[in-house]
Amino acid sequence: MEHIRTPKVENVRLVDRISSKKAALGTLYLTATHVIFVENAPDTRKETWILHSQISTIEKQATTATGCPLLIRCKNFQLLQLIIPQERDCHDVYISLIRLARPVKYEELYCFSFNPKLDREEREQGWMLIDLSEEYQRMGLPNNYWQLSDVNRDYRVCDSYPTELYVPRTATAHIIVGSSKFRSRRRFPVLSYYHKDNHVSICRSSQPLSGFSARCLEDEQMLQAIRKASPGSDFIYVVDTRPKLNAMANRAAGKGYENEDNYSNIKFQFIGIENIHVMRNSLQKMLEVCELKSPSMSDFLWGLENSGWLRHIKAIMDAGIFIAKAVSEEGASVLVHCSDGWDRTAQVCSVASLLLDPHYRTLKGFMVLIEKDWISFGHKFNHRYGNLDGDPKEISPVIDQFIECVWQLMEQFPCAFEFNERFLIHIQHHIYSCQFGNFLCNSQKERQELKIQERTYSLWAHLWKNRGDYLNPLFRDDPSQTQGTLHLPTTPCNFMYKFWSGMYNRFEKGLQPRQSVTDYLMAVKEETQQLEEELEALEERLEKIQKVQLNRTQVKSKQSEPSRHSGFSTSDNSTANTPQDYSGNMKSFPSRSPSQGDEDSALILTQDNLKSSDPDLSANSDQESGVEDLSCRSPSGGECVPSEDSGKDRDSDEAVFLTA
Amino acid sequence: MEFSELIRTGQAQAELLRGPEMPPLRGTLCVTGHHLLLSPGPQATPDLWLLLLRSVDSIEKRVAGDAGTITLRCKDLRVLQLDIEGVEATLDIARSIEALSSLESVITSFPFFYRPKGLRLGEAWHFHPPERYYKRIARETRAWRLSEANEDFSLCPSYPRAVIVPRAVDDDALARSARFRQGGRFPVLSYYHAPRGTVLLRSSQPLTGRQKLRCAEDEELLRAVLAEARPGARGFIVDTRSAQAAKQARMTGGGTEAKAAYPGWKRLHRPLERGRPLQESFVRLMEACGDPEQSMDRWLSRLDGCRWLSHVKEALSTACLAAQGMEWEGACILVHGAEGTDSTLLVTSLAQLILDPLSRTMAGFQELIEREWIQAGHPFQLRCAHSAFSHTRPKHEAPIFLLFLDCVWQLGRQFPLSLEFGEGMLLALFDHSYASPFGTFLCNSEKERCLCEVRTRTHSLWSGLNQPKEQRKLRNPLYVPNPLAIWPSVEPQSLRLWQGLFLRWTHPPEPSEVAWEKVWQIATDQKTEGSQPTDSASEPQP
Repeated sequence: MEHIRTPKVENVRLVDRISSKKAALGTLYLTATHVIFVENAPDTRKETWILHSQISTIEKQATTATGCPLLIRCKNFQLLQLIIPQERDCHDVYISLIRLARPVKYEELYCFSFNPKLDREEREQGWMLIDLSEEYQRMGLPNNYWQLSDVNRDYRVCDSYPTELYVPRTATAHIIVGSSKFRSRRRFPVLSYYHKDNHVSICRSSQPLSGFSARCLEDEQMLQAIRKASPGSDFIYVVDTRPKLNAMANRAAGKGYENEDNYSNIKFQFIGIENIHVMRNSLQKMLEVCELKSPSMSDFLWGLENSGWLRHIKAIMDAGIFIAKAVSEEGASVLVHCSDGWDRTAQVCSVASLLLDPHYRTLKGFMVLIEKDWISFGHKFNHRYGNLDGDPKEISPVIDQFIECVWQLMEQFPCAFEFNERFLIHIQHHIYSCQFGNFLCNSQKERQELKIQERTYSLWAHLWKNRGDYLNPLFRDDPSQTQGTLHLPTTPCNFMYKFWSGMYNRFEKGLQPRQSVTDYLMAVKEETQQLEEELEALEERLEKIQKVQLNRTQVKSKQSEPSRHSGFSTSDNSTANTPQDYSGNMKSFPSRSPSQGDEDSALILTQDNLKSSDPDLSANSDQESGVEDLSCRSPSGGECVPSEDSGKDRDSDEAVFLTA
Repeated sequence: MEFSELIRTGQAQAELLRGPEMPPLRGTLCVTGHHLLLSPGPQATPDLWLLLLRSVDSIEKRVAGDAGTITLRCKDLRVLQLDIEGVEATLDIARSIEALSSLESVITSFPFFYRPKGLRLGEAWHFHPPERYYKRIARETRAWRLSEANEDFSLCPSYPRAVIVPRAVDDDALARSARFRQGGRFPVLSYYHAPRGTVLLRSSQPLTGRQKLRCAEDEELLRAVLAEARPGARGFIVDTRSAQAAKQARMTGGGTEAKAAYPGWKRLHRPLERGRPLQESFVRLMEACGDPEQSMDRWLSRLDGCRWLSHVKEALSTACLAAQGMEWEGACILVHGAEGTDSTLLVTSLAQLILDPLSRTMAGFQELIEREWIQAGHPFQLRCAHSAFSHTRPKHEAPIFLLFLDCVWQLGRQFPLSLEFGEGMLLALFDHSYASPFGTFLCNSEKERCLCEVRTRTHSLWSGLNQPKEQRKLRNPLYVPNPLAIWPSVEPQSLRLWQGLFLRWTHPPEPSEVAWEKVWQIATDQKTEGSQPTDSASEPQP
């Protein structure tokens, strides 16, 4: 690779930011796709792999006596601090990574070289796993009110929309085209979700080009058609997800929002979600808080509040809750837009759908939801997540926020989701990894032109294959919680929005709960199932044996099998909460072992790094339970301020523990 | 005493509102000596609604027209509203509740009248005395002895009759050391860490005063501790006050150990808040949690302003420090603050949970609370006289035991498989420490409990909690014995507001209750398959 100035640097140190453990000495490799750090320690040879596409920023810091520090921040919130002995090497690594982390054309991305050794047929099947036409059918479409429109065939009307769109039957091509001319980027109102229980819809679009006084008859007719498509209601909500001030400012640019006087029977509503620039800065501020070394509780809480992050998450949730209530309780259809209708609109539509429809809370349903509201409707993945080198002002954690909303809901409703936290974390990881083709480009049209499906693999198939890892053992597939709408409490619930350390500090294992309830319960469940199956098989056998009337001794010897098995497994569980043995124990359960056979080693390593039950923990931790050295981390420890009068009073003999 | 003098009215018709997610109850309201009763009409369910008057923290009354409303804020943080027919009835009931809920006499309190079915008096009272713990230690080492020097509570009124002290120190020396320590709380053994042969001790501050007094026997006692541990052993004195505060204490006769006087011991200052600041922190936190106008914009800074989570962080950090000193440095640790009955106990009990797998079992945890809080003389009656809602000016109230429970909850969140008891146990302990039909948390010390004959005349909470019907609520079905120390993360990212307690009554607990039920279901399916009783490991091993 022409961009790699130096493929290998020895005697590099990897600093562990959180624990005070000595930095690990090892060798740094640069490959075409990854940065790899291999520790020298002969017993572990621990490897850290970072995909170039995950690198967010690289910072070269002032050279010190020990070498030249290089700080690599990743989009999946990993933070790597390396110390390279020679300034020159450091510079070479730095220059190489700057280029490698910012590819200029799609073909440079990992998914075009990633080969999980599947044949063509398997790859095609993978892409067929999630099928949106099936999803619209599931919603009960087409029906008397809604039809599939071919108006956007060959992307003739709107190049950021898909070709398959559902619109009201009464909306003629003339109305649609007319309406599209009155909307930013021609993103006219189309159906996002159909609530078949009461025939109410959630539609989405971009802002109207209303300026201060402009009108468009076709656009007004379009909204009328949407209202008539849900006969039970005599009005529709138009939800503008922007703060009112932003929307008004847009009017000066010939854009804006719907005037209630011009559209018959609409109820217009602003919901102030801030724009992508505010969100980008907010995340930046929150990550700075996460990076603080030994912050006090005040540092952390103030920093978190000042970042505004949780307030923004709440704004998105509030919008979703508003729409879900309008649909389920008021029986009114909703049209959602923001400016272009591909960021906040996508967030809000998908949160509302998730609240309304239990299907989206299943593993497959969630994939469908992302495929529909984000991928197909032209959320600009390439720009927002900086897959190719581009305008840094376009980058913003829009889908990250949606994923966090889902996590916040999972915390509130532990039994309502079929998937677990790990599923969300892996999806976030792969949105940035560019290992699979799903999230490439900015629109369906671009993906088609690039022939993504013929040249890359689908993430959904990969996740589905490993679904055992992503299941929530507490999921209740019964009506009480999973059917119908999730009802959030009406009382104020600020406390319900929590900091997600499992995401933003996820590479700092010391900060996470050291034992996983999810993994434990899944293992228990699986074992119970195994035992049941075994029992069943044995009972069948017993029956046969009895039929043949073999002698009793033989039967006895067979019967002893299950008890032996269970005895073994219980003793396994009894040591399961010491982290060292824990991951080892987990591996002994079939679903937990990585599917090594059919993936290249690079993938396995990234996969392993992702797991919350990271084997790293056991490799690194002390004899005790993944201990962090408190003496130099917390105020309790060695670096505490000496007593104020130290030096003056000979009696002030405050001791300080030596740090190992 | 006649309760009837304080009961102003027989009964009234009322409607009870119990929070956002609970249906209202209608019926006849009635005040008795210890309870408020609501008996629904004959058409409704026959269940009687009962509230222990002792658990009322504050009461507010409003009258309008010919009806009135009483708002009861309870010590378990519940807020109840009673809509009562009749102005007179409302006022009478309010006055009766006020009078009866603030009775100070111990021996007329409900535990002395409570006689539940299925329990026998005197049961479980001898379940967890220090003698039992001493037997455990005696199996490991000969360096310690059980002293009955405090048999008549003359050495130290807040210690139990028997304490564990170095074998090399005789009872006379103990008496002298006791005179040199505030409230007579001379250094005693709190925990013996067998894996490293080190010990955790607790005491109160030495009475060095302005003149920098010394006490040879006290010095000898601590020297003996190090000598018995192993030659050249080191010790750390964890003072739960700042160096400044410890120095200032000399002005009022207290102080701290001088370095020269205690060779081998080094002092560490870890200021922990207690007393009024802690009580105010609790009050502010409950105000914030119950404020319907609170916006998201300022929620986190308000949470910070309450300081509660900071107290949790400091308490856990200090306990980790003490535990680390024993486990990693092989050092002996002495913990004290001023009186040695509050933050001292917080640190010693948390350090044991971190290090000692036995204290994480159901039986071990009960023993820990009995030994390190109740017998060790934490003044429950004074500290838990009022909870967060009282309008009266706090005198001795401080939620130090609640802070301990919160820290345990944080441990359980970080190590969800390592505690044999669940959140339900912690909630129950919180409730009972403030108001209880059982006698366990009555009085301020063993001496007072003896005077009131608590052991013979009331039931023990432990026998109540250990009934089989309570187990599903209290136990952690995920428990797997963990022989190692559990080192929590004390970073702010790892600590959370304990919703299950502070928002128990305002936030619908249904989803988490369903989840808990599901966890039980999965875990117990397995347990019956595996056919191995889980609590076999909870008994102390010989």
